[in-house]
Order: sequence, then structure tokens, then C-alpha cells
Amino acid sequence: MTTLIFVAVLLVLTVAGFYLGRSRAMATVSGKPRKLHSLPGYYGYYVALWCGIPAFALLGLWLALEPYVVEKMLVSSLPETVQELPPSRLGLYVNDIRNLADGNIVSRDVDPELQATADHYTGLKHISHVAAILCVLAIAIAGLTYGRHRVSPKLRARNGVEKVITIFLIASSTIAILSTIGIVLSLVFEAGRFFTKVSPLDFLFGLEWSPQVALRADQVGASGRFGMIPLLAGTILISFIAMCVAAPIGLLSAIYMSEYAPTRIRTLVKPMLEILAGIPTVVYGFFAALTVAPSFREWGEAVGLSVSSESALAAGLVMGIMIIPFVSSLSDDVISAVPQAMREGSYGLGATKSETIKRVIFPAALPGIVGGLLLAVSRAIGETMIVVMAAGLAANLTANPLQAVTTVTVQIVTLLVGDQEFDSPKTLAAFALGLVLFCVTLLLNVIALQVVNKYREQYE
Amino acid sequence: MSNTASTPSVTGVLDNRRASAAVVSSLKRRYAAEKRFRAYGMIAVGFALIFLIFLFTDIIGKGLPAFTQTMIRLDVTLYPQDLNPEGVTDHEQLLKVLSTANYRNIIVQAITDLFPDVTSRSDRRALVGLVSPGATFDIRRQVMAAEEAGRSLIGHRVRILVHASDDIDQLEKGHISVDVAEAERRVSDREIEWFHRLKERGLIETTFNTTLFTAGDSRSPELAGLWGAVVGSFWTMLVTLALSFPLAVGAAVYLEEFAPKNKWTQLIEVNINNLAAVPSIVFGLLGLAVFLNFFGLPRSAPLVGGMVLALITLPTIIIASRAALKSVPPSIREAALGVGASKVQTVFHHVLPLAMPGMLTGTIIGMAQALGETAPLLMIGMVAFIVDIPGGPLDPATVMPVQIFLWSDLPERAFVERASAAIMVLLGFLIVMNALAVLLRKRFERKW
Repeated sequence: MTTLIFVAVLLVLTVAGFYLGRSRAMATVSGKPRKLHSLPGYYGYYVALWCGIPAFALLGLWLALEPYVVEKMLVSSLPETVQELPPSRLGLYVNDIRNLADGNIVSRDVDPELQATADHYTGLKHISHVAAILCVLAIAIAGLTYGRHRVSPKLRARNGVEKVITIFLIASSTIAILSTIGIVLSLVFEAGRFFTKVSPLDFLFGLEWSPQVALRADQVGASGRFGMIPLLAGTILISFIAMCVAAPIGLLSAIYMSEYAPTRIRTLVKPMLEILAGIPTVVYGFFAALTVAPSFREWGEAVGLSVSSESALAAGLVMGIMIIPFVSSLSDDVISAVPQAMREGSYGLGATKSETIKRVIFPAALPGIVGGLLLAVSRAIGETMIVVMAAGLAANLTANPLQAVTTVTVQIVTLLVGDQEFDSPKTLAAFALGLVLFCVTLLLNVIALQVVNKYREQYE
Repeated sequence: MSNTASTPSVTGVLDNRRASAAVVSSLKRRYAAEKRFRAYGMIAVGFALIFLIFLFTDIIGKGLPAFTQTMIRLDVTLYPQDLNPEGVTDHEQLLKVLSTANYRNIIVQAITDLFPDVTSRSDRRALVGLVSPGATFDIRRQVMAAEEAGRSLIGHRVRILVHASDDIDQLEKGHISVDVAEAERRVSDREIEWFHRLKERGLIETTFNTTLFTAGDSRSPELAGLWGAVVGSFWTMLVTLALSFPLAVGAAVYLEEFAPKNKWTQLIEVNINNLAAVPSIVFGLLGLAVFLNFFGLPRSAPLVGGMVLALITLPTIIIASRAALKSVPPSIREAALGVGASKVQTVFHHVLPLAMPGMLTGTIIGMAQALGETAPLLMIGMVAFIVDIPGGPLDPATVMPVQIFLWSDLPERAFVERASAAIMVLLGFLIVMNALAVLLRKRFERKW
């Protein structure tokens, strides 16, 4: 809370900097803005930036580094016997001190010594806070004075301000690159740690997946096998079912909407299909797990089939419905991109509408449609919530859609939810799976975009 | 028909006749095929629409019962020896004592008074089980409110509405079939009998379920509420908006207005397009590895959730913003540059205001996408069981879609109902946001 108030104070200072700078600029030319290099407001922004940027940068740095520095100082003040503890025990001890200082529950008996260190810790934190406030305020005021001092009719304030703006724009456009780098680095790094424990060949081509790692070496049935083939098979099975639903329905409805439907129906139905696209996946998952899967099981029982309550069919079907609007809007785009002249040529030769669509438009749009379907497949592979809620956990290597299978995304979620330790192959396996997922979807996207772009050039 | 020769020969005419006869005879088949094909299209659209309607009716049908809650009207006697055993008189002190007093005894007393014939220990325990464990809060709230208002209830006999237990609630709503064998249902025969006796005396009441909209999560379905998740979603969205909007607009403005056409900007563009297609769970892994493990930010905090969701929504908003900037005609820029504005002035004073409605539409759509996102938040620990309402972006919190996920996993039917109700609330938010986006587009759309 105090941080928030302090940030507000800094903001007030920055705004004050704006007015000070502007009035100063006006004063230097005795109220004749024509003699200034830039508009008076730019001098205001100039001073405000001088005041705000260094101060906020320092504040951010301080907030980021404070915990580490204070902890270091705390540890160095501890008695030697404590300092020589192994890192994990030391961490627990420091945690206790921190909890005691914050008034939380402590896991050990509070002796005077611990109380003293906790008080020391509180003191350190207090000193750090006061120092932070003083330093940042000093920097802000120094910046303000310096900026104001620099204001003169010859100062190129606009150029300076515009430079800062341009730097901000460039920085924000590199965020996309930074997050890609972040994804790749974190996945590769953690997966690399996984592969030091499990051989990549076993991982990529193993036929058995049971990620429980034994607590003791002699424990039965808990060896931890990390073969991802069953997961891949399950993912492919569910995505295949999904595409069996989404591809024909999405394609046919796109054709109907773009070629047949009267405008009135189109304006009515199109938003409704968009609603289907806007429904969160957790809602589809809820529906798949609690309505579709149980009814499939009942129907199966009625005709004497044993359908698992987490059947791949239910998850795949609902996932297919989720992808319908995706397929239909992409196909709609490519179908309407086919030049009208081709349709008219076909009609002129006496072909019916459906013949035109099947023999002329569809072949012409095929590359684009294939690209769209590839994008849809990549969506299906990366989809998480539907399968987490409706598909199974056990890794069965089967092609029977009535049985439960598991997928890559389900395993990532189950491996990571609730688990905090970061050394076991169990949690690291999730990152290896994530890397596979990332590579596969990236590959599909690159191919799809290439196909779509190549096709687009043909007609434009 | 197919003859293009300028002087038709006799065989040509014959061929023509034969050909047109073939065409005429095939027409029926072709028209049938035409109709069939058209019907396929209609069936496909119909299937999607029927599914949509089915989904909505299913969820509304499941969720509606969660909006009402069965309450039991109890006559309780608020004995001073239960509430204020030490006889505190000071107002402040008394409030403190009352907030921790033992209300359990009062409820036990009130409910056993209603059934004097129930004497055995186990029966009595089952009898007390008719009311929710949260009933103590119902009484405490009323007693404290009266005390603060200056009219003490201590020593009086008052009628009070308390939450019925989950099983009784389900029984009242007709979700527990009495025809099933006793061992196979959640309520026993004697509980049903007690319930009917309460009902005959008019002590069972159904009210609007305010708990659902005011409380945080709970292990007892009748006390579980969505408000904690709504507030958590609010903080998360606030962080997402604060990060993604300026960054996305900045990136779009740079790429569209300033960037030179070179390898670097091409790389950025390819990156943005690819990021838009990366599965959201991979962003969750990024958040876990970078934000939590590397930077040591707190688990389960809306701050981290918002940061991850901001990365997910960035491509959406960037792409929409670039489209909005593209639609501003170059004549505006040329006119501004012509009267001596700098490049930055042109963009910020003239182009950006005109593109803003389109950018805001894109932002709202991106926010709607982020509001429904679940998977990446599971990775960064926003699935914890959290009772308290989060007070800021650093408190542990959960969000609406994750709450739906958590509730739908629980065995109690009442939680599934609440999950459906939560879906209705979430969809309500999404519909409002999308309607806003459409409105914005309609209101400010400009044809140049």
C-alpha cells in the first residue's frame, strides 16, 4: 500500500515537472512562444520525462533487488552455526524468520534468538524502505531540477521527447520477439535438464508413460517411464475425431453461407457462429465432461458397447464443435477470395451452382482450405481445457475412440498442477512435452501460412 | 451447344440434338444433386446452431437451481451465557466477544427444541446436520448488526433465517429421488421425515442465493460463492489491460508508421503471427519458468496471471490495431506533414485518434479472450482453494474460468450447479464485452 502511495507521489512530481517546465520555457522568452524552438508543452514533457524516467527506473530496480539484498544481509548477520547449514535448511530458517517478522505462523518454537533476528530483519526492511523512498525522491527532484535548468529557447525539446517516444515504440515492438525467445529458452533449458535424466530416445520413442517417480528405489511399480508415444497417439486420435467433425461441417457451412444463404440469413447466422467461437474452452470442457460423455456412456450401455466415461469420442466431438467456426471463417475467406469471373465463366457454360462450387471454386480454393485445416489441426493439438476435463489420465495406446486416452496437454497440466519441486523428472517432463507441443504447432503454422500466402499471390 | 463451327454440317446438327437430349435427360439428376448439396450446407449450419442452443439450454437448465437457496427459519434464544459468558459491558469489548462467541450451541438448542421427540445422540447429531455449518455466521451477522445498531438481541428470542445444509437444499429442489433405496441416496429416511415436518410448519423457505454473489469459495456448496473469483478476474484483467494495451498499440504504431522495411521488422511480423498461434498452455509454461522460477514472483497472484495473459492477448490486439491504422487514409498523414507537423505529431495527433475506435474494439475482444482463458493460469498456481476475497494483484486469487473448472471437478451435484451458474455469469460478462465491441465498431466505423 505504501508503495502505491509513493508511486502516486512520484506521479504528482512528474506532473508538476510538466507545468514547471512549460512555465519556465514561457518565462525564458517572456511569454512569446514564437521564439521557442518547440511548442511550450514539449518543454513540459521534457522536464517531466527527466523527472519521471530515472525515478521510476530506480524504484523498479529497488523493488526487484530488495528481497535478495536484505536476505543476503540477514544471512550474513546470522550466527556461524546457522550459516553453515545446508542451503535447504538455511532457506527454511530464513523463511521462519520472515514469517515471524510478518506475524505469520512459524514452524518452530520461538526462542529469543529467533525473535531477535526477526526484529533485525524487520529493521533491515524498514531501513531499506526509508532508503528507497529517500533515494528515489532525491533522483526525481534532481532530474526535475536538471531538466528545468536545461530549458532554454534553443533547447530542442520536441526532438528529445520524440526520441523517447520512438524508443518506447521500438521497445514495445520487440516484446513479441522477447516472448518468443523467453518461450524457446525456458522450454529448451528445462527440457535439457529433463534429458540429462531421461534419454531423449526413450522419451520420443518409448511406448510406456507412467510419470510417477519412486520415493524409494525399491518401491514397486513406480519406476517412472517417460515414453511419449501413447500421448502422441492419444492427441492424434482426439484431434482426428475433432477434425472429422469440424472439417465437413465447417467447410459446408462456409460454402452455404458464402454461396447460397440469402443476406438475411447470413446476417442472422454469422454472429451466432461467432458466439460459438467466443465461448471459453472451459465451458466446452464442462459440457463435454458432464453432459456429452455421460450420455455417450448411457447410449453405449443401451446398445451393449462399453464406452469409457472419459471416451476420446466425447472430447473429440466437442473439440470439433469448438473448431467449426475457426474452419468456417477461414474457408469463408478463401472462398470469397476466388475471383467472381471464375464463377461467371462456369455459369456461362451451363454449370449449376453446386457443380461450379465442386469443380471450379473448390479446386481453386483448395490450397487455402488446406492451410486453414492445418491451422485448425494445430488448434486442436494445443487445446487444453476440453481434454483436461473430458479425456482420461491413463496413457492407453489404443485407436478405439470409445476408450479413454490422454493427450500431451493433459499430461502437462497434471504434471505441473500442485507440484512445486523442480528437480524431479516428473515436473521437468512437462517442459519436454511443452517443447514438443511448441515445435509441432509451430511447424504446422509455418506450413499453413506458407500455403495460404502462396495461394493468395495467385489471384491478387 | 458445343458446336462452334460457322457452318453446321448435318452430323453436327444430329450430334447437337443428341447432346441436348442428353443434357435434358441429365437435368433432373443435376438439379437433384444441386438440391442435395444445398441441403448439406443447411444441415451443417443447422447442426452448429442446434449444438449452440443445446449447449445454452443445458447450462442454463443445470445452473438455474444454483440461484436459489433453501433456508430454514429457526427460533433461537440468544442466552447471555452462550454469547457473553463473562458479562462484558463495554461496547467495543462486547463486539469483540460477540465476533468469537459460540453460536453453535444456540443452533443446536434451537433445532432440538423443534423436535423434542429426538433424543438419541446420533439422531441429534443428524438433526443438527440439517442446517449448514455456515448457519453460525448467519446468526452472528444478525446479532452483530443489531448490537452495532444499538438494539441488543442478547437475551431475546428471535426468528432467524439460516442456510439449510446442501443435502436439504437438494432435497427441496427435488434433485434427490425418494424412490431410491435409502443406502444409495445422500439423505436418510429420518432426515426426509424431519424435512417434511419442518415443511409442514412452514419453516422451509427458498430465497435468492445472495451467497453466490458475495462469498469466496468454500468446501460446503451452500456457502460457496463466486465473488472471490470475480474479484480475482478483475485484478487479473486490470494487470492484463495495463500491460497489453500500451505495448500492443506501441508495437502496432511502430510497425505500421515508423518501421523501415527490413529484415528486423520482418522478423518481428513473423514472430507476432506465430505467437498468435502458439497454444496458450505454452505461455503458462513460460510464466512458470520465467516469472515464477526465475524472477521469483509470488504463485497464484493475479499479477503473474495478468502478465501471462497480456502476452497471450498481445498478438490479437497488435493485429487489430494495425488493421485500424491501415484503414486511416494516407491523405490525413500527408496533410498533417504538409502543414509542418513532425512524424510523431502526425501519428499521435491525427492518425492515432482516428484509429482509436478500431484499436479499442480489438482490445475489448482481446480482453474477452483473456477473461475466458484457463489453461495457462493452471500452470502458475491460480488453481488453489482460496476462501478470501483478494484485495490486490499480489494476493493469492483464482479467476472465474478456473473456479468453473474447480467446481465441475467436485462430486457434489450442488457444485456442478454452481459451476453452471458461474458459466452463466462468465458468459454474461463476455456477451457484454462483445456487444460493447460491436457497438463501438458500429458507432465509430468510418468509410473514407
